[in-house]
Parts: sequence; C-alpha cells; structure tokens
Amino acid sequence: MPTHDALYQLRCRECGRLWVNQPRSYCEECFSPLEVIYDYDAIRPARANGAGPGILRERIAQRPANMWRYAELLPLPAGFEPRLPVGFTPLFRAPRLAERLAAGNDAQAAAQNLYIKNDAVCMPTLSFKDRVVAVALAQAQAFGFDTVACSSTGNLANAVAAQAARLGLKARIFIPADLEPAKILGTQVFGATVVRIGGNYDQVNRLCSQIAEERRWGFVNVNLRPYYAEGSKTVGFEIAEQLGWRLPDNVVVPMAGGSLITKIKKAFDELIKLGLVAEKPVKFFGAQATGCSPISTAVKTGSAEIEPQKPATIARSLAIGNPADGLYAIRAIKQSGGWSEDVSDPEVVDAIRLLAENEGIFTETAGGVTVGTAAKLYRQDRILPEETTVLCITGNGLKTTDVLAGVYEVEQPIAPKLAEFESYLQQTLEKDNAATERHAAAAV
Amino acid sequence: MSIHVQIPTALRRHTAGVATVACTASNLQQLLSALDEQFPELKSHIRDDKGQLRRFLNIYVNEEDIRFLGGNDYVFSDGDEVLLVPSIAGGSARL
Repeated sequence: MPTHDALYQLRCRECGRLWVNQPRSYCEECFSPLEVIYDYDAIRPARANGAGPGILRERIAQRPANMWRYAELLPLPAGFEPRLPVGFTPLFRAPRLAERLAAGNDAQAAAQNLYIKNDAVCMPTLSFKDRVVAVALAQAQAFGFDTVACSSTGNLANAVAAQAARLGLKARIFIPADLEPAKILGTQVFGATVVRIGGNYDQVNRLCSQIAEERRWGFVNVNLRPYYAEGSKTVGFEIAEQLGWRLPDNVVVPMAGGSLITKIKKAFDELIKLGLVAEKPVKFFGAQATGCSPISTAVKTGSAEIEPQKPATIARSLAIGNPADGLYAIRAIKQSGGWSEDVSDPEVVDAIRLLAENEGIFTETAGGVTVGTAAKLYRQDRILPEETTVLCITGNGLKTTDVLAGVYEVEQPIAPKLAEFESYLQQTLEKDNAATERHAAAAV
Repeated sequence: MSIHVQIPTALRRHTAGVATVACTASNLQQLLSALDEQFPELKSHIRDDKGQLRRFLNIYVNEEDIRFLGGNDYVFSDGDEVLLVPSIAGGSARL
C-alpha cells in the first residue's frame, strides 16, 4: 500500500501558512482551521510511455474493496498497514423511493437516476464515522498517542470505541447526557470510558477542546481533525468509482458540523485534478433538521455567516448548533449552485419510514433528514428527475429506534392454531382494506 | 468589572506563559482593548486586519458562547470567567 507522509502537510485554510504534520487543528497565527494538502504532481501517474489516469484507476481496481484503495489521496503515515476493511459501502439505484419523491410523469426518469450511498452498513459500527476514525487513528498511532478521545453525538463515539479496541488504544468518549441509549451501549461495549456531560454537543465539544490543551490525548475531532476529516473523502471517491468513474449531477448530504459535504466536494475536485473522472458541474445539497439548522438557515437567507443555534431535534446525530465547518459548507453549496433545506421532526420520521418501506433500508434520523430534504428538493424542482442524484445515508436505524416508539401497534399474540390464524388474517385484511379506502378517499 | 480571562496554550507565548489574566472591562471590545494593552503581541493574533475579533476565535463567558448572551452588547459582571477557544467549535458569525 502506497503511503506517503512526505507528500502531504497541513495548511491554514484562511492565511495559507503551512504547518508540518502534527496533531493540530488550528493555525497559531490566525486561529483558522487547518486542512491537509497534497503534492498532486507526485501522486499523478506519469503520462510518459502512454501511462496516465487509466493506470491509477487500474491500480485502485486491483486493491481490496475498502476505503484504503484510495491511499494515495489519504493522509496515511509511512508504512501504514490497515487493520480493518472500512468503507466501500453499496451504491445502488432506489427506483421505488424515486417514484415517491418525483411523483407524476417524471417518476420513471427519476427511478433510473436516483441512487443511495448506504453507509448504514459501514464497517465496523454502521455509520460513515468509521471512515474518519480509521484515518484519525492511523495518525494517532503515528504520533504516539496511547489514548484517543472524541466529543460525539453518538456515531463517532461508537466508531472511536470500536477501532480503539481493535488497535489496543484507550478510548475516552465525551457525549451529551441525553444521547440515544443504543449509542451509549454501543460505545460502552467496546470497553471505552464514556463521560456523560450535562450539556449539548457544542458544550461537550468546547470542553474537549479545553481538555485537549491539557492532556496528551489524540482527540480525533479536535487535535487530529485535519486528518480525520480527510476520511470523509472516501465517500466521494466511492460514489465516483461505483458510478463507473463519473460524477453525479447532484449529491444530497446530511450536515452536522458541515465537514462531510465539503470533503465529498474535495474528493470530486481531486479526482478531476488527477484526471480520474471527466470534469463536470456537481450540485451539492445540504440537509438539516429544522430544530438545528444553522447552515441551511444561512443558505436560505443568503448569509455567508453562521448564526449558532441551540439544538432542539430528534436528529441528535446532526444536533450541532455551532458547526465547525459551517462556513465552508455554505461556500461549497453556493459555489456549486446547490441549495440547503431542513425538515421537521415528524417529517424525519415519515422519511425514515418512506425509505424503509420502499427500499428496505433502515436509516437513523440523519438519513430521515436526507430523504425528507430530497423530497423537498424534488418538489421545488431544484433536483430534476433526469439528473443523476445520490442521497448519502450515513447511519443505521437500529441506533435510533426510540424515535419510532409508538408508531407501530403491538400485535396481540394468537394461539398456534390454523383456525386462529385464518381468523387473524381475515381481520387483518379487513383492516388493510379499510386503510386503503381511507387513503383513497383522502387522495380524492 | 473585574473579570478573568483564560488564555489558550497557543497564545501563551505572547503572554509570557501567563494562563489566566485579570482584566477590567464592561464589554467585549473593552476586554480586547485591555488585552491589547497588557500584551501588545497578542493583538495581531486575536484581531484581524480590520481590528475585529478573528472569525475563528470563539468567546465563552462562564461556559456560555457570548453570541447567545448578546455578543458585543453583553455587559460583563464582576467575576465573570472568560474563555478564548480556537476554531474547533465552529467559525463564528461576526459579533
């Protein structure tokens, strides 16, 4: 595996000052965030002797189906050997969902062009956070940390705890106290120390940035953040490769801190730069819950600035009122000609059910936000049925079952007798028919 | 008003290693001016070319983001604890 820590370094996103590789997230000169930059000339395959982008595509195709196949474009320490096959989640058409989102004559076109990128089945903890953690922990080990940590709304907690366990690192996980029980249990089971904080995510995050100054711990989303964030690019690389090395017309991405949408854009830009895909415009659409929508509010009001909010939504994995990459998310969306929308909590639940009932995918609340937002974007004609559109489903519904509490009736058991079953079936059919008639009447 | 300001590690090289500074200020602008006066080298790091607080430096008062307290209009109380926290918690809107 080609690793190349001499080929990347850190650069301030605002003043441009360069920093050697180190566990640091901000520029000491101006306090702006740092990002990883690469020596693309060294990565780009030589064109001499007929070699070119095709060579790199072939090389990638020969590697195992996981995120490490894009090693040239990830900040991995020299000699890094992956221990987990993270990523390379399925991308597939979603025709039944498309027909519901783009009703009418256009439904058939939409059915051909709507795709789901399903990180609800990412290894090992069923969310896209497995990707960012995989890169962050590679660097944590290279920097000599024996303890890794994070502030988390849940999915990151699971991912850090699981991968730290596999690597033999100690994990300290800081979470808002009101997190979903499944996400807390799904962190504790890996032996991590879970610190519940009586505050919202933004308060947890602020505390972690203070702790990171005092302790020599590798906070994946604080002092390791520039490396961590690069892991998100693999969502974009995979989308392009799985579409046959071409870019989609639209991508709909849930936004919490706003990093994922900017990194999918960076991934597409890098693929174009290296000649791995043809250049074409891609519109980026951001999805938020109305109860925590600082980025979509800024986009919709034409503001270039983030006004922080106090989150109040069931979509707790997106409940970041002061998004670290909000500013850059706004820019990515606006520059691409995209848009951002937000959906209410009842719309989130409806969208979770819509995706499950039509495509057999059970997503967590963030996925409900994405699908609900996509429905709005189709209705607004911001996404057209004939355009190739990818919805990013970033987490698994089994972690947020609490939001569906009370939605489904608990059936009374029946005796194990055929006659009982026939009677039950008759009653069920009658109930279904009545429901169908009610829906038909409502539609009229 | 006498308030206490926590200086982040990255800035302590400009405060001779001092981690906590006592200041007298009624509002944020007065606080920044007091810091400028005590530690002239700090100024270019916490203010941009236009003299505004840098976009990616967040201010907390008693653990609360000052933007939720009124930003520039917030009037400090005696004993307030002020934190300067670098960008990880998000780029701030102009105060």
